This record gives sequence, C-alpha cells and structure tokens, in this order.
Amino acid sequence: MNHYQESVYLQGHIIDSLMLAKVLDLILMMGGTFDLEDVHIGKTREEPSHARIRIRTASRTLLDDILKAIQPHGASIEREADCRTDRALADGVLPDDFYATTHLPTQIRLNGRWLDVDRIEMDLAIAVNEVGSVAQAVPMGEVRREDRIVVGREGVRVIPLQRPQERDVFGFMESQVSAERPHGHIIADIATRMRQLRERHRQEQADSQVLLAGGPAIIHAGGREALTWLIEQGFIHILFCGNALAAHDMEADLFGTSLGYGLTAGRAVPHGHEHHLRTINRIRGIGSIEAAVTSGMIRQGIMAACIRQGVPVVMSGTIRDDGPLPGVITDSVLAQRAMRALIPGVGLALLVASTLHSVATGNLLPATVPTVCVDVNPSVPTKLADRGSFQAVGLVMDAASFLSELARLLGRAT
Amino acid sequence: MSRILVCPPDFFGIEYEINPWMRLTNHVDHGRAVRQWHELIRVLEQDLGVILERMTPVPGLPDLVFTANAGIVVGRTAVVSRFRYPERQREEVHFENWFRRHGYEMMTVEAGLHFEGAGDLLGFPEYWFGGYRQRSDIRVFPILSAHFHREIIPLELVDSRFYHLDTCFCPLSGGELLYFPAAFDSYGQTAVAERVPDKLRLTVPEDEALKFACNAVCVGKHVILPAGCPTTQAWLHRRGYETHMVQLDEFMRSGGSAKCLTLALD
Repeated sequence: MNHYQESVYLQGHIIDSLMLAKVLDLILMMGGTFDLEDVHIGKTREEPSHARIRIRTASRTLLDDILKAIQPHGASIEREADCRTDRALADGVLPDDFYATTHLPTQIRLNGRWLDVDRIEMDLAIAVNEVGSVAQAVPMGEVRREDRIVVGREGVRVIPLQRPQERDVFGFMESQVSAERPHGHIIADIATRMRQLRERHRQEQADSQVLLAGGPAIIHAGGREALTWLIEQGFIHILFCGNALAAHDMEADLFGTSLGYGLTAGRAVPHGHEHHLRTINRIRGIGSIEAAVTSGMIRQGIMAACIRQGVPVVMSGTIRDDGPLPGVITDSVLAQRAMRALIPGVGLALLVASTLHSVATGNLLPATVPTVCVDVNPSVPTKLADRGSFQAVGLVMDAASFLSELARLLGRAT
Repeated sequence: MSRILVCPPDFFGIEYEINPWMRLTNHVDHGRAVRQWHELIRVLEQDLGVILERMTPVPGLPDLVFTANAGIVVGRTAVVSRFRYPERQREEVHFENWFRRHGYEMMTVEAGLHFEGAGDLLGFPEYWFGGYRQRSDIRVFPILSAHFHREIIPLELVDSRFYHLDTCFCPLSGGELLYFPAAFDSYGQTAVAERVPDKLRLTVPEDEALKFACNAVCVGKHVILPAGCPTTQAWLHRRGYETHMVQLDEFMRSGGSAKCLTLALD
C-alpha cells in the first residue's frame, strides 16, 4: 500500500506549457502514484488553470524526493494543519464537534506528522494518547472522561482504497446486487481466497483469518454439513452468530430437526417445536456448549467443529431469544465489544443469511477487508451497502447452496 | 517611437562568476567594451530611431549595464527584478529608484521569489513565455499573469550556458521566433512548437546560438544581431527584416549581448 502521501497545488498556464504533464510524468517516473483532484482548466488563454495533485508513495524518502523534484516546476505543498483535539467531558460522552470516522484507512496529522488511525471502523471517534504518538478509533461508549478526542475535520485525511492486485471479484469493489448475476465465478473467487488464506493462516501471517457471521437459515436450508466441513478443514477461523444458529445446530444433532422440522424427512415432527427449547435447556444444564461437546452430549455440527478447532464464537443475544444458551452475550454493548475484539486479523468476511449479524459485522469491518454478503433476500446486501459497507460483494442466493458450492470447490466430496 | 533603457559601461568588468561564461581570469578590454557599447547605441538611436533613457552607472556594480534584468515594464507599471545571486541583488535598489523617479507604478513580487525581469519574460503581444529554473522562479509567472491578464507559458531552461530566456529565445515583431531548442527540455520544445507555427520558427544553429544570436534586439522590422551569425541573418532577410550586426564580444565574456544591454520601456 502506498501509505505516504502529500497534496500539492499547481497553478498558472499549466496545460499548454505541458507543466502539468511534466509534473505528473516526474511523479510516475520516480515511482510514485497520484490522484488528480480538483482540476480546473482555464476557459480562455488568459485564464489560468489549477490542479491539486495527491501524491502517494511507498516510502517517506521517495515522497520527499518527489516533492523536491517537482517543487521547482511550481508544485507547492498544500499548507496542512495539525488536527485539533478536545477532552471528553464525561465517560461515554464525546466532545460536541468530534470527528466521526469512516471505515476507510484514515490518518491524522499531529506535531507535523501523519499518523495512521488504528482499528478503523465506521461511525466512531478518534482518540489520541497523551504524547500524541498513537491514534485509535474509539466507540462512543468506550470513551473515558479527559480522553483526548479529535475534533473538526482539519488535519484528518481518509485514504481511498487502492485496487487490490488480485484480479478477482473483490478487485472491482462494487456492491451491485442482483439475483440475475451468475454466482459461479464469485464463489470460485471466494474459494481461491479462502485457500490462500488458510495457507497464510497456517503460517501465522497477518490478516489471514476468515470470519463468518451467520443466521439460523444456514441450518434450516441445509447448509449445516457444509459449514461444519469448512470449519473442520480450517477454512473458517471466527464465527459470529446468535442464540438461534447455535441452538438449531445442536437441536439437529440431538433431535435431527431444525426448529422442529425433520431435516431429512422435511416435515414437522410431533412436538418438534419443543426441540430447540429442550436443546437449550440441556446445554444450560451442563453449563456450556464446550462442556456439551467435550462430554460427548453434542457430537456433530457447527458448534462441535468450532470447539474442536478452537474457533472463537461470539454469540450475541436478541430480544426474542429463548433461553438463551450459556455463552450468549445479552448485553448488546458487551456483544459488540466482543465482536470488535476479534476483527483485527480478519482477511475475509462472509456474512451469510442474517440481516442482524451481517449489518452488525459490516459496521465493525474496515473497508480494506474483502466482504461477501449472501442472502436470498436482495434487500440484505443492499441494506449493507446502503449503510456504508460499500466493499461488500452481494450474492443473492440461499445459504445452503452457497456453502455447499463453496465447500465443493474447496474439496468436499459430494 | 520606441523607448529603451540603457546604462553606460563605465564600471563594466568581470568581478565575480555567476554563469558559465564569466571567468575572473577573462580579461575585459574596457576601452573596446566602451566602443562596442557606443556602436550599439549609435545603431539604436541613428539607424533605428529609438529614444534612449540612460541610467547613471554605479561603481562596484559591473552588471548594471545589463538593463534587461532591471525588471519588466508593461504600460506604466514596472516590476522590479529580485535577483537570485547576491552579487546582482545590489542592483535592485538602483533600478527601483530609476523606475520610481520616472513615474512608474511599482509592483513587487512576493519576497523570497526570484525574478530577473525581461531576461526571463518575453513574448508576443497576446501571450508571453517565462524562463525558469536557472534564475527566475516559476511561481512568479502566475502572479504576473493575473496582474497583467496575459497568458504566460513557463519554459524550463536546462542548459546553464543559456541561463536567461533571452539568451536562447527571441520573439520578433512579425510573430516569428528565433530560438535554440536544446536549451529547453522536451516539454518546453513541444509547448513552443505547438504555439509558434513551423514556418515562423528559426532553429538557430548551435555555433550561432553560442554567439548569442538569440540575444537580438527587434524594433519594428529591424533586428540588431551579434556579429558572426550568417544563418540567422539570412533567415531574417528572407522574413523581410533589416539586420544590423554589432560586435559585442567583450560583453559576451560576461554572458551578455545586445538584448541583455537593453530594456524596452514601451
């Protein structure tokens, strides 16, 4: 990534004199890249033109070299100011004029230096440590009185996403959603990424984890075996879900039903609607899902695979939950915090068949994380994009078909 | 009637080295320099009918004779030069005083920016060219352009022997141009070629360029050229100009010729 950047301004008769061309050529020839921002071309010969050029380089030295080379040709460095900060007045209360983040890579300028904002996420504030050496995105609720918070917009810059080197579906970064689009190549690209990420994860490389956030439709639709296989084969490293996915997964193991429907017979079994309650009750009785798996009470399925593979699971409760299962976090602020804690290190996010968990997870993901949103209902990926997760690739299809095809491409026998 | 500012060469000599032509070891024949200068003046006044304004020479300022670098004059406004080298910065106050005493409105460019007057800014009535990198700062041109409502096309000077634009570039009254392309980078060469049609441009041969053929003074259909530039002279004749060859080799030891010794006032 070209993380070093500076804006320069060029004005005068820069078009006919080829001065703009010369400056841009110099930047490229020296190994930098640029974005042309705010170009105005004079309408008459007398009227001057101007252009703002954002230069990006992979190193500070190269940036300095380029700036030195283009300044004699009239490119002047934009006068940039440090960001302003203010103190939080109380716990959980930001200064009135706080800077609200996007989920794009962000830098702030402090003491004349640009500093990366750690753990970037949309709709947060930016806290700076006392010496001004570390900046981190911080949720409103986590702010403590006297924390130093960035206010206003000055001295804050957002870095647009660079097109990734991989020429796959994520390279286009478009969240256009349509049921009519063919799915095959998208799933194939996801499978390729997951194969690469598993390899990188085994080598303990950064940003190599695959996160899956899913809803109970995965079980109802028949995607349980495929997802279990993906977890067992080490393709999925983090699971976000609710009470229901876990309950129905274990209901299937104990009773062979999902919300009372026989998964193989495909019809409601007598008193089947009680099965998920009895499941939850049994797990509550034994104390935890982990205990249920290690004791042999739960033998197969998604939760069993997670326990055996050491895949961390965050289960977030909702207002309509039965039970809930032990381990379900019923305080949504605490649940959000637990999910947030697992985001660093994620290199791919699959949001499958859940409006609630997809949007909640989308909110936590930086734009740099390739994201797929799968749902039979086109409004879910659309909603995700509308709420700002523009990097998410939308796939309108049912969860079981998606997971089965993904598993097949990754080597599962069918 | 043209008016031109000149400064008698009473104190002309080589006292420092600020361009590749200047060598402290070069001996200037002062008497010969004075005679050459007076011949230039004679041609200007008698042959071309120019009205001359004479500055008072100042001891210790050997280059005050090169009045092209006093600044530029547009109508009743004078923009005084801000020299790059301290050796010539001492001339600024004398040029400024002269403009002031003669009733010009003064315009100064931003402090810290260098601008060496008509040495680096010349052109046609509708648009100008600005030489930069060797002496003048490119940032001056947008300021002057805004003030005088003229397009100014900056040209980078890439050969230190041609340290001012007027040493390698000479627009003429009929829209023609004498120039030495190798003194510019490819962007500048392209910009000039796109602006001035082929048949109006003379690429001065290198030997004549090194005699400062481009440091010519054009007044109407008359052109004063340094002696020894036959190709340039022949081309000018074909374009209908009358040429006046003047020997100015004593001034070439300092890196200047006819144009450098004059400043057009209006």
